[in-house]
Amino acid sequence: MENFFIGAGLALGFLTLLCLYRAIVGPTVLDRIVSIGVIGTKTTVILLLMGFIYGRADMFVDIALAYALLNFLATISAAKFFRTRKSIQPGHKYFKEREGRE
Amino acid sequence: MITVLSILLFLAGVFFFFTATVGLLRMPDFYCRMQATGKGDTLGAFLTITGLALYNLNHGFTLAAVLVSLKIMFIVVFIFVANPTATHAIAKAGMDCGVEPWTKEGGNT
Amino acid sequence: MRYIVVFLILFAHWVIWSGMLDAFHLSLGVISCGIVTAMSHDFLFRRDKFLPQHITEVFRFIFYIPWLMYQIFLSNIHVAKIVLSPDMPIDPKFVWYKSKLKKDISHAAYSNSITLTPGTITTDIVDGQYYVHCLDQKVADDLLTGDMEKKVAHVFLED
Repeated sequence: MENFFIGAGLALGFLTLLCLYRAIVGPTVLDRIVSIGVIGTKTTVILLLMGFIYGRADMFVDIALAYALLNFLATISAAKFFRTRKSIQPGHKYFKEREGRE
Repeated sequence: MITVLSILLFLAGVFFFFTATVGLLRMPDFYCRMQATGKGDTLGAFLTITGLALYNLNHGFTLAAVLVSLKIMFIVVFIFVANPTATHAIAKAGMDCGVEPWTKEGGNT
Repeated sequence: MRYIVVFLILFAHWVIWSGMLDAFHLSLGVISCGIVTAMSHDFLFRRDKFLPQHITEVFRFIFYIPWLMYQIFLSNIHVAKIVLSPDMPIDPKFVWYKSKLKKDISHAAYSNSITLTPGTITTDIVDGQYYVHCLDQKVADDLLTGDMEKKVAHVFLED
């Protein structure tokens, strides 16, 4: 059973790497926020898996809940922060003006 | 018996995580990406974490094991409420910044 | 009345999350739950009275959850089909949907339900009008029939 948990954790880690591609390349800031949120959900599950592998599920559950709360707060506050920025889309006139100036 | 059931739940959850990730990579614009992630992530987290909570009850129903399973189910409930809310917040931010949606006729963003 | 309900909810969470049932930890829980209740009793419930119909709402909401789970499962199959097919049959568009719901809680439940059902996410709510992003024309037609709104209105006693 422990081998199954380790394999499942490796699979989730591989999916996290795939999401990281979108976080690096993503055309707008909001794409990056979405992919960081997805990575956070997977990390919660991976933390629970670690608790079962080490046999200390009671301790890692608290850490996983704290991580889920922080992930939600980070997503909400980042979305709130970038809401008033009009310039996050590439090809927006802000970027063209800046390129013309350089 | 419980072990087999929890493994099946966990594998189904990993499959939905996989669909969410592929959707995040393949969809053409920001709103369509959120269609894939907002749903696939919620159901994937629900299935995987429920599988783990079931596996935790494998060694008998003692008070400590039931408490830990209850805590794990609390995480599921929280994710269920929080994930759609976060999706709304990001979508509203995208609308307010004027990210233009992709359409079939219009071509790119 | 509101103080007592908030205190009981907080104390139940304390017992579950601490997991220690001796007198010392329970008395610490009573003290801290009392302080939090005194400071923030009006965050959880806006109304001050509790009527029998609120109990009915809770029970109907519990019976609404299995239907919602079934819808979520269908929507994930739908998204998986679209994402894993090689030519991605999507035709995204925005739709305005006018809703007749009144209470804040039913607006919140309904918009979360829209997000979790196949092919639609709510992006904005202006005066009871929902601005919904749909993946193709078929799911938009399904949304505009308004079946789910009737179910939510039934749960929160608005029909």
